[in-house]
Amino acid sequence: MSEVVSEKVGSPPAAPPAEPRATASRPRRNRIKIAATAVLVLFLVLLPILVGSEVAYLKVAQYILIGAVGGIGLTLLVGQAGQLSLAHPFFLLVGAVSYAVLAGDPEESDDLVGLGLPPLLALVGAIVICGLIGLAFAPVAGRLRGIYLGVASLSLVFLGLWLGQSLEAFTGGTSSGRTPPTFELFGFPFSNAEPSPTLFGVAIEKQQRLWYLFLVLAAISYLLARGAVNSRIGRSWRAVRDNEAAATAMGVNVTRVKAGAFVISSAFAGLAGVMTALWLDLVKPDENEFTGSYSLTVSIAFLAIVIIGGLGSVPGAVVGAAVVFGLQQFFLLGANEFGWFADAEFGGLNAVVLSAFVYGAAVVLVVLFEPGGAAAVGRRLVARLSPSDIPSAPRGGRSTPGSEPERNDDDPTA
Amino acid sequence: MDLATFVQLFVNGLGKGAVYALLALGFVIIFKATEVVNFAHGSLVLVGGYVVYALKDTLGWPAAALVGIVSAALAGLILERGLLANARSADHNSLALLTIGVDVIITEEIVRRVGADIPFIGDPYDSQPIQLAGVTIFRTQAIALVVGAVLITAFFLAFRFSNWGVAMRAQAENKEAAALMGIRSSRVTATAWLVAGALAGVAVLFMATQDFSGAGLGRGTHAIALIAFPAAILGGLDSTAGAIVGGLIVGVTEALTSANVDFLPFLGPEFSKSAVFLVMLVVLVIRPSGLFGTKELSRV
Repeated sequence: MSEVVSEKVGSPPAAPPAEPRATASRPRRNRIKIAATAVLVLFLVLLPILVGSEVAYLKVAQYILIGAVGGIGLTLLVGQAGQLSLAHPFFLLVGAVSYAVLAGDPEESDDLVGLGLPPLLALVGAIVICGLIGLAFAPVAGRLRGIYLGVASLSLVFLGLWLGQSLEAFTGGTSSGRTPPTFELFGFPFSNAEPSPTLFGVAIEKQQRLWYLFLVLAAISYLLARGAVNSRIGRSWRAVRDNEAAATAMGVNVTRVKAGAFVISSAFAGLAGVMTALWLDLVKPDENEFTGSYSLTVSIAFLAIVIIGGLGSVPGAVVGAAVVFGLQQFFLLGANEFGWFADAEFGGLNAVVLSAFVYGAAVVLVVLFEPGGAAAVGRRLVARLSPSDIPSAPRGGRSTPGSEPERNDDDPTA
Repeated sequence: MDLATFVQLFVNGLGKGAVYALLALGFVIIFKATEVVNFAHGSLVLVGGYVVYALKDTLGWPAAALVGIVSAALAGLILERGLLANARSADHNSLALLTIGVDVIITEEIVRRVGADIPFIGDPYDSQPIQLAGVTIFRTQAIALVVGAVLITAFFLAFRFSNWGVAMRAQAENKEAAALMGIRSSRVTATAWLVAGALAGVAVLFMATQDFSGAGLGRGTHAIALIAFPAAILGGLDSTAGAIVGGLIVGVTEALTSANVDFLPFLGPEFSKSAVFLVMLVVLVIRPSGLFGTKELSRV
């Protein structure tokens, strides 16, 4: 079989076709990649069956997907487009509230605004609203750089805190919040409605349905992000990140590209917000700026996801989400199910603190020893699996030292 | 709002502003010396505060406060020597990310140790307002204003006239040239962190009080330290004078808008913090490098 044919047949759609690489080991590398991806997809699809009645594990996995969707949005903005943002929780809040308002039943309560749109439309609407607010912030984002932009974006978190508490008709207020409407797809409710279909003897109830919904949403986000990174959009992001003047000279409209990155990242965060609302079954604004679902702590957690995964790497963001969001929920699960941390010897050490220690340490170690994060580790592993491949084929765009991980590459593992 | 209320708010705001200025000055000193943005500043604040809380019953408040300031300074030094100095390959943006990781760990640990206590540590002056010609001034803020003025003056004198100040400014201007002139970069960097840590240790003595915010030592204090970010950014991250001006603007803005809530109830209780950031946004849109910051030039 000739190289050309096998390459055409075997390469996954996300692989950039134009990269000049050593072709000798490519079919083998692709086979490994396809096999690994297939195993992963199969595992994820069968997860509800594997965990069976232990739905708590499924909740952990769902939460990881929320972190993955949000993290992908942030890694595009911070890693690919080089714009530091701490505003992610604000867009999560906007997404969650928008969904609750758009889909909310108008008759449900006199105090709450609800437009009664179909949930699918509300989901799309929430994403669009977040994108538009991101666009509204673009004039500020376009003028600022680096840490100045980071702190400026922090103002959105405080704005969200204030608006969340003030606009109780939308958010439900800090005391009770409001319940987001059940998601529905063409009449199929994502709740415990009868009759529930079974799959290998496991009833597909609310949590199983939500898992599949989240899985599809995360997969779409992943593929869209990979597509963006590998296309003209991604190249213009990296050009702007590396050198604005040079990008302008190449014909890139810097203002528009920066605004576009902010809009797309906000839209991803908005989707993560809708998912958070469905996951918690509650939309409730935070009481203060440092604890809660949309607080500064979450800003930092999302940044940690992006750093641990490797700045700019889409698969890396998924790994980062598993570390940061997954561990936290896993420890919480252990605390609830098995009574971890209950003993006095832990001295008040609890799940949240322990997971913060782990991801805090992970961030420090990543910066000290592997600035490319999980993506770089994965890249090296893949290179080892196919030794004849030239490990660092020209990939372009490594002009800022240290912000090295750019990565429009394609490691299923990383 | 009558004049007495305004004066009262303004003076108390200045007192808060002096504390923000101390914190912002710490950011700026570190940034000037190393171009690293120290996200762990809030945890240096917590380290100082925690030591005071732990020791004040045994040593007495003054000695505990002194040990607290020294501890915060040492924490800054250890952070720089232990971690940042060893990551030579990383650029300053990566190092800023590293400080985020450090911040998460230290903050969680101290919040856990303090537990549900959330103590106040301004014993000698907390909750003892001064009445002066019909105006009520919080003693904490008044003392903070005096202490802040003294320390800031001392800093500027040292910055202007001492060998350390000259070395510091030389390194901020051009690191390579300064090194060639015999200025030890590592020593300048280390002292920058030491001084910034000490300033954070002083600031926390006023922050974790009833008067300042009503939030005791804990996550609340850490969040207040974050307000020093807008202060430093407002003035321009590489301007020491800007840090002072930014601190005072933030303090006064916060004090005035928090009082406005009384007759503008629709603004809600959290508006004063948002107001600080709104002011910062307006300044940044007009001057993207802050009021006194160096404009970034790009040569084509």
